[in-house]
Amino acid sequence: MSEHHHKETFVTKYIFTQDHKMISKQFLVTGMFMGIIGVFMSMLFRMQIAWPEKSFTIIEAFLGPHQTDGIMNPDIYLALVTIHGTIMVFFVLTAGLSGTFSNLLIPLQIGARDMASGFLNMVSYWLFFLSSVVMVISLFVEAGPASAGWTIYPPLSALPQAIPGSGAGMTLWLVSMAIFIASSLIGSLNYIVTVFNLRTVGMKMTRLPLTIWAFFITAIIGVVSFPVLLSAALLLLFDRSFGTSFYLSDIFISGEVLHYQGGSPVLYEHLFWFLGHPEVYIVLLPALGITSEIISTNSRKPIFGYRAMVMSIMAIAFLSTIVWGHHMFISGMNPFLGSVFTFTTLLIAIPSAVKAFNYITTLWKGNLQLNPAMLFSIGLVSTFVTGGLTGLVLGDSALDIAIHDTYFVVAHFHLVMGVSAIFGMYAGVYHWFPKMYGRMMNKTMGYWHFWLSIICAYGVFWPMHFIGLAGLPRRYYSNTAFPLFDDLADINKVITIFALVGGFAQIIFIANFFISIYRGAKATQNPWKSNTLEWTTPVEHIHGNWPGKLPEVHRWAYDYSKRVDANDDDSDYLHGQDFVLQTTPLLDGEEPS
Amino acid sequence: MLALFYIFIAVAIGVSFWQITRIMNFRGVIATDEDNTKQGKNSLIFLAFIYGIMIYCLIFMNVIMLPESASIEGEHDDNLFNITFWLIGIVQFAMQFLIFYFTFKYKGSKDRKAKFYADSHKLELIWTVTPAVVLVVLIGYGLWQWNNIMDLSDAKDPVVIEVYSQQFRWDARYAGEDNALGLGNVNYIKGINTMGVDMNDKNSLDDKQVTELYLPKGRKVKFQFRSQDVLHSAYMPHFRAQMNCVPGMVTEFGFTPKYTTEEMRQQSEVIEKTAGINKIRKAKGEDPYEFDYLLLCNKICGASHYSMQMKITVVEPAEYDKWIAEQPTLATVIQ
Ligand code: HEM
Ligand SMILES: [Cu+2]
Ligand SMILES: [Cu+2]
Repeated sequence: MSEHHHKETFVTKYIFTQDHKMISKQFLVTGMFMGIIGVFMSMLFRMQIAWPEKSFTIIEAFLGPHQTDGIMNPDIYLALVTIHGTIMVFFVLTAGLSGTFSNLLIPLQIGARDMASGFLNMVSYWLFFLSSVVMVISLFVEAGPASAGWTIYPPLSALPQAIPGSGAGMTLWLVSMAIFIASSLIGSLNYIVTVFNLRTVGMKMTRLPLTIWAFFITAIIGVVSFPVLLSAALLLLFDRSFGTSFYLSDIFISGEVLHYQGGSPVLYEHLFWFLGHPEVYIVLLPALGITSEIISTNSRKPIFGYRAMVMSIMAIAFLSTIVWGHHMFISGMNPFLGSVFTFTTLLIAIPSAVKAFNYITTLWKGNLQLNPAMLFSIGLVSTFVTGGLTGLVLGDSALDIAIHDTYFVVAHFHLVMGVSAIFGMYAGVYHWFPKMYGRMMNKTMGYWHFWLSIICAYGVFWPMHFIGLAGLPRRYYSNTAFPLFDDLADINKVITIFALVGGFAQIIFIANFFISIYRGAKATQNPWKSNTLEWTTPVEHIHGNWPGKLPEVHRWAYDYSKRVDANDDDSDYLHGQDFVLQTTPLLDGEEPS
Repeated sequence: MLALFYIFIAVAIGVSFWQITRIMNFRGVIATDEDNTKQGKNSLIFLAFIYGIMIYCLIFMNVIMLPESASIEGEHDDNLFNITFWLIGIVQFAMQFLIFYFTFKYKGSKDRKAKFYADSHKLELIWTVTPAVVLVVLIGYGLWQWNNIMDLSDAKDPVVIEVYSQQFRWDARYAGEDNALGLGNVNYIKGINTMGVDMNDKNSLDDKQVTELYLPKGRKVKFQFRSQDVLHSAYMPHFRAQMNCVPGMVTEFGFTPKYTTEEMRQQSEVIEKTAGINKIRKAKGEDPYEFDYLLLCNKICGASHYSMQMKITVVEPAEYDKWIAEQPTLATVIQ
């Protein structure tokens, strides 16, 4: 396959390409573009929360008809929150993260020439692109984009009478998401088939790097849960456009009784969260996989507890499909179900704890090369722990009832899934940039980017727990209607300042990224002295990845600092250096790890 | 137009950045031992930073917290919350220490060799079993308490109240003498019958519609929630209570008020928080605030979601009896 040299035009090379490496770059850049929009929106609505009565020309400039004298309207606040959430979760951290790294790394790390189906891979990207375009177009609808929260619970999302964003804006949202889901499903099926069928000689499942395990299981979760969201969205579309009553019943609005009978919004909630909860793991697991790889490489140590890591990914994946009800403790569902979901939810804490402990043990007695990618991975472990622990509060139905839908929840999920996954994504970009672009990113800018980001992440989300515990509900346009919350105003200002600084700090990354593509130092073949197969390909991208024969695998991916005498830390490296490529055959008498 | 201007400025900044970095050396790419030392130190400084804000918030934000539970059922919530919070607090401090201290301690250098340490079944067993045991305790207590608050079947002589939501207001209906609410449905909404009460149901006649909640201290209150348009959520943070209002169905929740509004105003935590609020209000030239229990909307429901509220007043039972007797029945109001 690597032999045939068909002529490549600009269009087949950069646009309608079927090469997984180029597709991964397309996912990354599209995801970054959407990310800029999403973060920018969060900066705007944070300004509103901090200074609700103040007029800003930037708001006047960007919100056009949706503001009065530089103060945003309540509708558009909700729209910004909604689109921010949607973009961050789906477009940046599902497509941007999984799409980029699954595409880049699955073929390269399992020793395949490309994805199982290059064509479907291309289709997957272009569907994602199309859905991004539709989502962006929806921002310009006259009545405003979807505004019912990223969870778009009906009836609010079904009735334009209830909120203007539920008109054309919501239709476009649903169309965009339907296309997005198609893209995601095609992508996931491709990943699964590729991992099953195209592993090179010797690449047993038990030798797969943890990145691949994470992408593989993530794809499975996606295939199981995304179709359910698609049906939820379709039924909602039917209710909206064809007058069916799946989710609606007994509604009196704008002075009239609507015809809907017998539906239930709770049904929608079940369907939504059947995807919605696994979704947070779809977002998170790839980041954890990337982190496992980077922490091990940069600690110059094997990842601690490889088997336990794989098992916990599987356990998390399985449990994630039976915990969705913890978002619905107060939805009116049967309290007994609430008990069941509390039980399964708290169980997830166990594999999550195992992962956190294993990361820390990997750091222990390592020889830590503190590259920007490594720092972001360590940052991920930190925010994952901080955010994960508060899950013990929210997962307990008896406690959730007092703080559900407050800022405590916002703080929790941003740390455990938002910031963690973003950090994992950054780590991946810094680490695999040389593989993607043949050049290196600048480390000084990387360090600045990291420290500013993590300081601001804690500055934003740590205090946010406390305003939640003070009872402040989320999705409030302004807190001025309640004197009770007057004493939270200053904290909200501090949070916003951190958010603005943190948002601007991302410019460092964007600058570093684009400048390095053109001006970065030329990469060597294996800059991080890593064991995995992607570092055995030439720096220049070639079709089919390896010139000549595919590599053969003889060991797992984590033989870092392997010694002559396994029990003596002072003995020499077994292979004369602190890393051993997966393609290196076992020495005589060498025990496989 | 203005937006274009901003975008133009952003592009200009980007381009100048680009020009600066052209001159800058763009070669520093892989961490050296010096970098490791420096970043290791940074990691200690960062550890100090998060310890700083964690401790600062834990101490100084105590005053903004909700006061102790104003419902009897909520006591166990507070209890469980405290247990959980201490637990995760300790784990949080310990884990963050390990993460950033290790980053400092084991920062790379040419002279260091990493320990080859791939597995330890003993360790892994420890950190699977320990969380499991702790969780059994939390889950056990949590489920017991959940059952406790959600089970309304054994309430003796509860006050039955329907809380009714619509964009963007709350109403309430007391069950009256017979302690049974008449049926309601949106089809009956007409004129002043804003809650859609079925006036042919004999239970409806003695019901009483109000716009503010009065609750007797020490008696179980059983709420039924309805919504006429979109989802709303009745959030009563002081009572540790929350339940969605769902169009097309009736949801339930209950609790027993523990302190009257007056008593709550005398609580030291509340006095302190109120004083803090009033200091801010005075600086802005606004009227002073006095503590009241509130019911807030806590499910996104439209443009004015952020202001949808109802006042709750808890009074002594005798006062409650007097108040409820004064309210007109639906039979007199509607027919
Ligand atoms: C610049 C960094 C960010 C800031 C300052 C920020 C801030 C916020 C805030 C304050 C809210 C709650 C608004 C409200 O409920 O009224 C929110 C909502 C949300 N954010 Fe972020 N966020 C950031 C990044 C992210 C990231 C990385 C994710 C990825 C998971 C994310 C996902 C969400 C989601 C899902 C919601 C819920 C939207 C909804 O309520 O419908 N955010 N964000
Ligand atoms: Cu969940
Ligand atoms: Cu509301």
